[in-house]
Amino acid sequence: MGFLSDPINFIAGWLESIMLGFGWSETIVTTVLKFLGAGAVGTFGFALVIFTIWLERKLYARIQDRLGPNRVGPWGIFQTFPDMIKIFTKEYITPDGADKVIYNLAPIISVSAVLLIWAVIPFAPTVIGTDVNVGVLYVVAVGAMGTLSIIMAGFSSNNKYAMLGAFRAVAQMVSYEVPMVLALLVPVLLGRTMGINSLVASQEVWYIVVAPIAAFIFFTSSMAETGRAPFDLLEAESELVAGYQTEYSGLKFGMFYVGEFLHAFTISALTATLFLGGWRGPGSETFPILGIVYFFIKTFLMYFVVAWIRISLPRLRIDQMLNFNWKFLTPLALVLLIATALLEKVLGMVLPGLNLVETAVPWVRAAAHLVVNLLLLWGVFSALRGYQVKGRKIVGNPRPVAVAPEPPASVIS
Amino acid sequence: MLNDWLFIGLFLLIVALFPGAPIILAGLLGPRRPNPAKSQVYECGMETVGETWVQFRIQYFIFALTFLVFDVELVFLFPWAVAFDSLDIWGVLSGVVFILILFIELLAAWRKGVLEWV
Repeated sequence: MGFLSDPINFIAGWLESIMLGFGWSETIVTTVLKFLGAGAVGTFGFALVIFTIWLERKLYARIQDRLGPNRVGPWGIFQTFPDMIKIFTKEYITPDGADKVIYNLAPIISVSAVLLIWAVIPFAPTVIGTDVNVGVLYVVAVGAMGTLSIIMAGFSSNNKYAMLGAFRAVAQMVSYEVPMVLALLVPVLLGRTMGINSLVASQEVWYIVVAPIAAFIFFTSSMAETGRAPFDLLEAESELVAGYQTEYSGLKFGMFYVGEFLHAFTISALTATLFLGGWRGPGSETFPILGIVYFFIKTFLMYFVVAWIRISLPRLRIDQMLNFNWKFLTPLALVLLIATALLEKVLGMVLPGLNLVETAVPWVRAAAHLVVNLLLLWGVFSALRGYQVKGRKIVGNPRPVAVAPEPPASVIS
Repeated sequence: MLNDWLFIGLFLLIVALFPGAPIILAGLLGPRRPNPAKSQVYECGMETVGETWVQFRIQYFIFALTFLVFDVELVFLFPWAVAFDSLDIWGVLSGVVFILILFIELLAAWRKGVLEWV
């Protein structure tokens, strides 16, 4: 294992041999190594935000035909640093009657909930924070903490706008967790494992081909979980000032900002890992550094899509959003899960009898799943078209229209 | 196995430290000049009237309750999906029946008008 093919494990092994050379016990060495690894993953996640904030501002500007940040450094790439220094020197303003402990804890949790997900994301076959065998469940559990931080911020601020933002967070972010978890069940079912690294390893054919509907549902509902446009009802500027973060200032507000950008990047990383094959690519198993390259290409591709959607679409209304979740995504995900489970069992019984070539089996399986997915999609869209035609009838009496009152007779005469 | 969770335990510390330390540092570096007008609750220039914890729409609560029902039941499906290979056809069908019950729950809630935003 050379330095060039797998630099991170090379450095880890080197550090381990040095520390064992000091005569430290095995337990201490493992703990120190894990601590360094955790620090590296955390630092990496934080450093990434500095870059993605610039990237998204630049993208935002270019799509809207503006220049965007262009003063500090080449193409304004260092713009985030002066912003950071400025926000460091700002005063914290705590509103009267705020619940101090919860108020101060909320921004910390909003970042750490997202950062915790990075512990289980595999960058390469050998480069992963920790490969727990319940990785998917861990992601779901930790992801729910982000919603909690928003509710905490809204409730503790003693501000009505913040409170309304928290209410909306309950309705929106909590609802969108249902289709997200349902869609996550599909790759777990296909890979027969909850460990994220083994899920990536099981993708002979990318799961976006095997289960395109699940990929769509997961992507959409986790975008709603980030609470950014077009799903930014909880901080809708035109309705709620700034929603749950109205009363935050200085770096406490900055942490919400960081958490939001990190969340957007994390969901693109998760989508790339679970549905686009993560580190999979030619030669990635012998040279793990190639796996890192593939992973980041896919992640930034997904991140571009996330940013693009945020920039292009207007905000949804709350009833549209809840209808979309409960009457479209959730039933679709349930039906998809049933179809996938039945088809998977039938394929498991039929495929061994066909005597196919070893390499063809995953492709045949993928093709069968793809056909079922497309049939399901066709059925859903024809049903929706029928619903749309039926839904256009006028209900009840026409609403009264204001008419100008007759001028009183005394005025005329 | 235990080492995996050791990483997450240490990561928890780091993850709390990363956002926490700058916030404390900025609190020490930044100015602190509070006055009564500044620390008033923001409401577009007006003084707030009454309690903040106002009565809220029951709709929000109902959605949260529906979510709770679904989320608790969905967790049971994860082991089923992992152990899929060792299940016979009846094991799979019982899982499907479980999902169908969830589906009927959703339809019942829909029929009752729980999912309408009024």
